[in-house]
Amino acid sequence: MGKYDIEITKKIIAEHGFKDNEYENILKIMGRVPTYVELGIFSAMWSEHCSYKHSKHLLKKFPTKGKYILQGPGENAGIVDSGTKMAVAFKIESHNHPSAVEPFQGAATGIGGILRDVFTMGARPIACLDSLRFGNIKTKKTQHLFAGVVDGIGAYGNCVGIPTIAGETIFEDVYEDNCLVNAMAIGLVDKNKIAKGIAKGVGNPVIYIGSTTGRDGIHGATFASVELTEATKEKRSSVQVADPFMEKLLLEATLELIEKKLVVGIQDMGAAGLTSSSTEMSYRGGVGMEIDIDKVPKREKGMNAYEVMLSESQERMLMVATKGKEKAVEKVLTKWGLHAVVIGKVIKKQNVVIKEGGKIVADMPVEPVTDSNHKLFPRKNQIGVKPKYLKDINIKNADIKTPENLEATFKTLVASQNIACKNMVWEEYDHMVQTNTIVLPGSDAAVIDMKGTDVMIATSVDCNGRYTYLDPFRGGAIAVCESARNVACSGAEPAALTNCLNYGSPENKEIFWQFEQSLAGMRLAAKALKTPVTGGNVSFYNESPSGPIYPTPVIGMIGFIKDKKKRYATQFFKTAGDRIVLLGKNKDEIGASEYLKVIHGLIKGPVPEIEMKEEIALQKTLREGIKKGIIKSAHDISDGGLSIALAESCISGKLHGKKILGAYVEVRHAIREDSLLFGETQSRAIVSVSEDKLEALKKIADKHNLTIMEIGKVGGDSLIIKTAKEKMPYVEKINMKLLEIENLWMNGVKQYVG
Amino acid sequence: MPKAKIYVTFKDGVLDPQGTTVKRALDKMGYKNIEEVMIGKYIEVQIKGTDKKQIEKEIDEICDKLLANPNIEKYTFKVE
Amino acid sequence: MKFGIIVFPGSNCDRDCLWAVEEMKQKGEFVWHDSKSVANYDALILPGGFSYGDYLRSGAIARFARVMDSVKTFADKGKPVIGICNGFQILLEAGLLPGAMLTNKTLKFICKYVNLSVENNTSPFTNKCEKGQILRVPIAHKEGNYFCDDTLLETLLANKQVAFRYCDEKGKINAETNPNGAVYNIAGITNKKGNVLGLMPHPERAMKETLGSTDGKIIFESVISYLKKR
Repeated sequence: MGKYDIEITKKIIAEHGFKDNEYENILKIMGRVPTYVELGIFSAMWSEHCSYKHSKHLLKKFPTKGKYILQGPGENAGIVDSGTKMAVAFKIESHNHPSAVEPFQGAATGIGGILRDVFTMGARPIACLDSLRFGNIKTKKTQHLFAGVVDGIGAYGNCVGIPTIAGETIFEDVYEDNCLVNAMAIGLVDKNKIAKGIAKGVGNPVIYIGSTTGRDGIHGATFASVELTEATKEKRSSVQVADPFMEKLLLEATLELIEKKLVVGIQDMGAAGLTSSSTEMSYRGGVGMEIDIDKVPKREKGMNAYEVMLSESQERMLMVATKGKEKAVEKVLTKWGLHAVVIGKVIKKQNVVIKEGGKIVADMPVEPVTDSNHKLFPRKNQIGVKPKYLKDINIKNADIKTPENLEATFKTLVASQNIACKNMVWEEYDHMVQTNTIVLPGSDAAVIDMKGTDVMIATSVDCNGRYTYLDPFRGGAIAVCESARNVACSGAEPAALTNCLNYGSPENKEIFWQFEQSLAGMRLAAKALKTPVTGGNVSFYNESPSGPIYPTPVIGMIGFIKDKKKRYATQFFKTAGDRIVLLGKNKDEIGASEYLKVIHGLIKGPVPEIEMKEEIALQKTLREGIKKGIIKSAHDISDGGLSIALAESCISGKLHGKKILGAYVEVRHAIREDSLLFGETQSRAIVSVSEDKLEALKKIADKHNLTIMEIGKVGGDSLIIKTAKEKMPYVEKINMKLLEIENLWMNGVKQYVG
Repeated sequence: MPKAKIYVTFKDGVLDPQGTTVKRALDKMGYKNIEEVMIGKYIEVQIKGTDKKQIEKEIDEICDKLLANPNIEKYTFKVE
Repeated sequence: MKFGIIVFPGSNCDRDCLWAVEEMKQKGEFVWHDSKSVANYDALILPGGFSYGDYLRSGAIARFARVMDSVKTFADKGKPVIGICNGFQILLEAGLLPGAMLTNKTLKFICKYVNLSVENNTSPFTNKCEKGQILRVPIAHKEGNYFCDDTLLETLLANKQVAFRYCDEKGKINAETNPNGAVYNIAGITNKKGNVLGLMPHPERAMKETLGSTDGKIIFESVISYLKKR
């Protein structure tokens, strides 16, 4: 079968990473020994990255339906209804391993991939978000990765012209050798012009668009499914170079083709390139595809069918057009400096048939290659085992001494890596292009305007990996709650979420337990908050010889503000004299906190409790208070607790061109002083209201059964926090000039990355 | 003082977006004889020392460690 | 008034500029880079973005686009041309404005709000401003470090070609208020005749209070007022 045919030996089978009875199943499916090309296609499609063989059965349990959902999991991106003509497409994806090897190109191509997932649906991308995790910023290695990743994201998104409007940057030792780069994209699509990754219509041409096919990224899908070692780092052919200019041309051309109704189906050649796009599009349409390798535009001479089918060269798309419309397609592409290359056609037989030099080099059924319900499709219904490390994971509060000088503790925390300001990250990203960014980075959620409608979109990405490590169930639930809470702090109702599930090896039963438990937590919260899952990505094997990462299920939340007046809130105080109100209850919780880690050097539980009733009451109060114009600022209490939330409410306005405003706060309580100031009890927020609106706020909170407490007043140039235990008199704990706090906060990370 | 003239270019088979784009622009401007355009970097380094072998070793090292990105780039140099 | 907004492959502020023109209740149209004529427009905007990916040098390839010949003719006739960000870079490469653009002194892309001091309020683009007025407008670029030699700077000053300089919110101009290292804190210049403006900041992003500032409007108001009088 062709000049490149290679005898299938045991060694070759092993090199393709087949496990258990997978190769036997291939023999059953094919009824013969597969060709080398077929073996490669099975290997890529059945890799963890493409097949989701360890996770599919659990992912199916996520709630996926709801009033906003137009497109759930299974397509290139999910779509939610905004109530206007334009729907919102969105998705998150990881590019962890490529970024660890080559941070600039790895991160840049990650943005490219997620943008293509959105615009192949016919949606014009309007925003990107990124969730980044590195080791300690004090190490040279982290500084190198950080600089490269941020530069790569910026270089790509800025060039294509998509604002990067929000994100998170976390530093924890466990990510030192396995950084996480998760990127989310949001787009707007006309509800009546949603495109899909589908092949239909026997005889229709299969068209290749975009960059040439090179040898880069061959077996990238397999590469994403192995642990990182020195040996894999030498696999340099897996590095792809990003071409954002090509992406911009592809974006414009694709949208124009869809607008002109020239597209039957279209899909990005992402992981496993031409292999996954051709088989998945065929499968969804119940048809087959014939592809002539000789016609595929190649970057290098002498590339064979195996390499062409498995190449992961970037900025390429596969499209099925209506027969007879080839000229019209070519006209649009020529306008954008691109070419339409017909590389094959849709066939009736549900097989992918690959030809090279006039000979058939692969002829395989698409169903068992792509359909996870097929009886021969690989499935790893692993059962998790509770990890041993969880045995002695919780502290007893009594064993932890409250520091004498709480102001000194506050100073250390406000400058600590995970709390300090990350403006140097978002200032490298164009976050204003497209002139829709209403709330710029540096507030709980970003808000983007849908011009010409009464709707705005609020969005946030969140996860606390330490929580998920210490208590996978609660950690999973909190990740969903926090992202929804951030969105609620802007005044929006959360509508749906996408998740990027980053874990170690699923073959390790303890890690699989983390996966099962955290997914159960996410399910619980997503159901309670009515935020279905519209898809996302699973990234396993995030480990290195130094161990696995924290289980890190990153949540990307989308919410809507629907209001003629377009009222929204930001996190910083607005007017001197306004009253500061704490929403939610203070509890005696210091476990799992940034405080426990930074000040006491302990990564220990218990993770704060999460009560869905309290969470819902809080979010309803925030939304109603903002919509009625009562709440002027809202900031959720998370890393660093109440004192840090207050400090950020005072100083973060400067990032938005507003003045910094001090606060005078008095809190009466019945818990430990460090729990009060630095504990990370959930379902709480700091809001500010003008004095005459206090009663109105109280009424709303009562209606929703939420505990609230007036704790202070906005004004001055200092942050003053006094506390009183039960009936004792108030004692001053923190009294600092805002300029000093701001200096610590602005330089905490900046000092290491310039 | 000896001078090293260093050329950094993409490895064979790695996409060169700039080269490709410039090639297309030249085509459009009417330069029909241009077969390929490759864009790389040219770096000059002044280095102390008299032992050419030692100098070459050092230049090779800094190319590998810093001047080129060994993931995607290759380099050549001449010491004069 | 009818504004033509030139679209190059890789332009990405074209839609924003159209929106800004429409916010000013004027007509705007996209002009494809392959177009032969721009004669039926009253003013032209070369928008920001990454024409041709900014490959080779920002603006280096775009200057050879077919439309650029007619842009030159348009400018020669004294009609107003604005180049914003990448548009400014293209005007420099095309020789419609003097000087060159270097990489920011930080070597990084910078996106943030800055303050601009209006140096010359007699140009078609600033006639509605007070001299020394401070405008709050965002920048978003990696190559916005304007460079010219001393002789050229003297000429620019003598001809009142410096339109905007980076300053702080009180109008103070020094190295600290210079975000990218530009010579003399230059954020925008005009040609000698004054009808071609290039500026790094994005006035089209500062058109609404909810976007953080409305100071960008005054530049469009000035052009419209100039065109009405003309």
